[in-house]
Amino acid sequence: MSILTKDEAKKIIDKALSYAKADETSVNLSGGRTGNIRYARNAVSTSGEGTNLSMSITAVFGKRAGTATLNEFDDASIEKTVRRAEEVARLAPENPEYVPMLGPQTYLPADPYSENTAKIDPDFRAKATFNSLDPCRKKNLTAAGYMEDSTRFTAIGNTKGLTAYNRETSVEFSITVRTADGTGSGYATRDVTDVSKLSTKDATEIAMQKAMASTNARALEPGKYTVILEPAALLSNVDASLMAAMMNGLDARNAEEGRSFMSKKGGTTRLGDKLFDERVTIYSDPTNLEVPAAAFGGGGGGGRFGGGGSDGRPQEKITWIEKGVVKNLSYSRYWAEKKGVKAVPPPANFIMEGGTQSLADMIKSTEKGILVTRFWYIRTVDPQTLLYTGLTRDGTFYIENGQIKFPVKNFRFNESPVIMLNNLEALGKPVRMGGNLIPPMKIRDFTFTSLSDAV
Amino acid sequence: MNRRDFNQLLSMGTAGILMPSLPAFSRSVTPEQLLEPGLDVAIKKRLADAALNTAKSKGATYADVRIGRYLNQFVLTRENKVQGIVNSESFGVGVRVIVDGCWGFASVGDARDESVVAKATETAIKIAKANARLLTEPVQLAPQKGFGEVSWKAPIKRNAFEVPIKEKVELLLSCNAAAMQNGANFVNNVLFQVNEQKYFASTDGTYSDQDIHRIGPSFTVTAVDPQNGRFATRNSLSAPMGMGYDYLQTNPADKLTGVTTRYNKGYDMLEDITAAAKQAKEKLSAKSVEAGKYDLVLDPSHTWLTIHESVGHPLELDRVLGYEANYAGTSFATLDKWQTKNFNYGSPVVNFFADKTQQGSLGLVGWDDEGVKTKRWDLVKDGILVNYQAIRDQVHIIGENESQGCCYADNWSSVQFQRMANVSLAPGKTPLSVDQMIKDVKKGIYIIGDGSFSIDQQRYNFQFGGQLFYEIKDGQIAGMLKDVAYQANTREFWNSCVAVCDEKDYRLGGAFNDGKGQPPQSSAVSHGSSTARFNGVNVINTARKI
Repeated sequence: MSILTKDEAKKIIDKALSYAKADETSVNLSGGRTGNIRYARNAVSTSGEGTNLSMSITAVFGKRAGTATLNEFDDASIEKTVRRAEEVARLAPENPEYVPMLGPQTYLPADPYSENTAKIDPDFRAKATFNSLDPCRKKNLTAAGYMEDSTRFTAIGNTKGLTAYNRETSVEFSITVRTADGTGSGYATRDVTDVSKLSTKDATEIAMQKAMASTNARALEPGKYTVILEPAALLSNVDASLMAAMMNGLDARNAEEGRSFMSKKGGTTRLGDKLFDERVTIYSDPTNLEVPAAAFGGGGGGGRFGGGGSDGRPQEKITWIEKGVVKNLSYSRYWAEKKGVKAVPPPANFIMEGGTQSLADMIKSTEKGILVTRFWYIRTVDPQTLLYTGLTRDGTFYIENGQIKFPVKNFRFNESPVIMLNNLEALGKPVRMGGNLIPPMKIRDFTFTSLSDAV
Repeated sequence: MNRRDFNQLLSMGTAGILMPSLPAFSRSVTPEQLLEPGLDVAIKKRLADAALNTAKSKGATYADVRIGRYLNQFVLTRENKVQGIVNSESFGVGVRVIVDGCWGFASVGDARDESVVAKATETAIKIAKANARLLTEPVQLAPQKGFGEVSWKAPIKRNAFEVPIKEKVELLLSCNAAAMQNGANFVNNVLFQVNEQKYFASTDGTYSDQDIHRIGPSFTVTAVDPQNGRFATRNSLSAPMGMGYDYLQTNPADKLTGVTTRYNKGYDMLEDITAAAKQAKEKLSAKSVEAGKYDLVLDPSHTWLTIHESVGHPLELDRVLGYEANYAGTSFATLDKWQTKNFNYGSPVVNFFADKTQQGSLGLVGWDDEGVKTKRWDLVKDGILVNYQAIRDQVHIIGENESQGCCYADNWSSVQFQRMANVSLAPGKTPLSVDQMIKDVKKGIYIIGDGSFSIDQQRYNFQFGGQLFYEIKDGQIAGMLKDVAYQANTREFWNSCVAVCDEKDYRLGGAFNDGKGQPPQSSAVSHGSSTARFNGVNVINTARKI
């Protein structure tokens, strides 16, 4: 069983810590099960399931850290791995930016776990796929989709007395439907903590409608347009995105070092400045019931590079942008200590406040504009201004007098989320996207720079 | 790397360097463990036979098994600090079967005895049987002769894992110091090394044991002008290579001097980072480009990425057929265009070939991940589309009965599928140097190094940046430009290619982490070219005010 309970995990972690001889030692024990099913050309192409359970131990002498990993939990193996981590630490170069481990912390009662998701089996995946494939086959449309479910836990502990446990589930589903002649394409994506809230059939029907409605697209001249960006156009869990780019850019060190869009003339930063339209308010909260997230980072030695990339800091409710003003930047513990400020970690989720309008309401109130289902291949062009480029994909439509008039050919954009959030016309009702809440947005003067023939 | 991490990295703006991913299920090891030999080949054969025999006895019409040991080392530094040294190992077995005309796949980590491998094989068979119920067309596998027990080793001169970490740290820190002395405010400098030890066996009778090495040095130098609140970066002009530590041994014959020095199969990091620091500063005050049409002269350190995106990907047959429709996308280069035998992908000077046997390339290997001997073949000949990249279960669609040998899985735990071969632009047939090429350009831009990149899901419309941009006026280099990106349509762009320099200028660039598939898999691939000229390309100015 790869999902350990809080007590089972703590017992193993305490055993490892009991062998520790270094100045500081931390343990990260994590595991889980991931299943997936992929289909294309109206048939399953690949499907798989995997489990893993592993423990990494980080030992620190002074400012020298070493990590060793194991996946067998008998006493002898654990002790041997603690010794190996200590041996690696002694030989490691000093890290001048090392900050001592945290002691006991208080965490918010976040619960990003659902038993319904934990129970998913291959039959469930096949049925969910059938519910998506069947309507497409009946309408002579071609479906390509992917569903991935994950159930996992993380437990951390260290010799300073820090201890934490989190279990988490998630399901991501995406579907692209194309017309048989390849002239129309539609897309929909969903992500949930509890799989009972996912209907692959409903999502597929939206993608089908978009595919059928997007055939025979007309070319409009590139230029500045009013756009309605659906949430999947603002945030993605399979590509970079404008909103993630902005949120990931709220790093204090980069800003203070002068190499971020948050840097300002004279060597200062834009913290405290009104940088966006006053309707822009973004906060993070791991206890939000729609987008629950882990209440802490990954533990002393569990970072991707084994050297303490995440450190068990509590995730609190933090306001990043309030009424257009930048209220907080995130800090590494090293940088916060150097600057004498609180070490606010980067967020585990973010929630952008919106309005009450549905997407349909937003279309109704638009005189002339373009509805964008999603963007694709989004890459940074200029980090100084956070200028990004990318293209519309899978359903782009012209709106006139409150109605969708006809599908249009895809555009390439060159735009900065900073400029976009200043050209705000309206915000709709937020929906979950990639574990965050984001409203559809109506934006004026969005910059499309060329046309694409891609469908 | 999970997808959320991947996205975060993709959207990292100023941090600059995209960290290569650790293989799945890897564990931290000591540097010494990276030199341990791994399982004896006789044991690997026993494990493989356990899978193949189980598969055959349970009704599989075909089976293959990969026993993989994946070793990685990263050395990460910034300025005068070592940020981390990571040594990792991932070992396990992946089994693929065809039952009832349908694929099934299962994998198991740390498998060291036959019963564990047999059990994974049974799981693969169960999955194949379950999915056969949703089948629309049974798998048609191209025949493949067995090669018996064979082995292949990358022709490296110095195994990077044998080089003491101290030597690597000293190299990176001394280079960082040189950058700081020459005007850089920040440096991130990473060395990434890979050794894939892959054993493959199939019911066709091949047992191949292969030893593959790759190395990727890369840095980003940043210069800051705090008074004006501006910053500029310059990334290394190195390429990730299918080589050992010998890539970092400098050799005058591997240098091309000119407006800046560029490198072939030996990379001088100290020289490049010194130039980078000066150039990052120069960028801060460079002239902002005037948007319009220019003739572009593209260095191979830049062109590899344009080839990768606009030629390599659209000519992957699985994309053409729709297998990637929900993620990476499909392709404009549809079968009907290929069937006409006169589809002008490019001008007559444009020749693209795929080649998994190219020395020094990231895709260099003896046999692919379904037991096919690797080779070279043409994709575009004298401008005409002539072929695709296809593997055993697709090649019948293009009327061939032998796979092209470009099947790959990034780990024992991943299922193999069609991945891009090294796709390269053939050098020009008549002697032509870069200087001679530039002399003929009246109004142009010379672009060196890869930068921002974006292309649509059918590979028509693209936009590329670069590292260094030089204005060409009346045949002369007239100074540095900034804020440059070009936008074009794949077919128009390659048809605007008027000249390609000769083979003396031919060099490789490449990507360590080409992403494809769901769940995403990463693949390393090189693309060679000589400097090439493109007439009348649309250049935009990317400067904005916020």
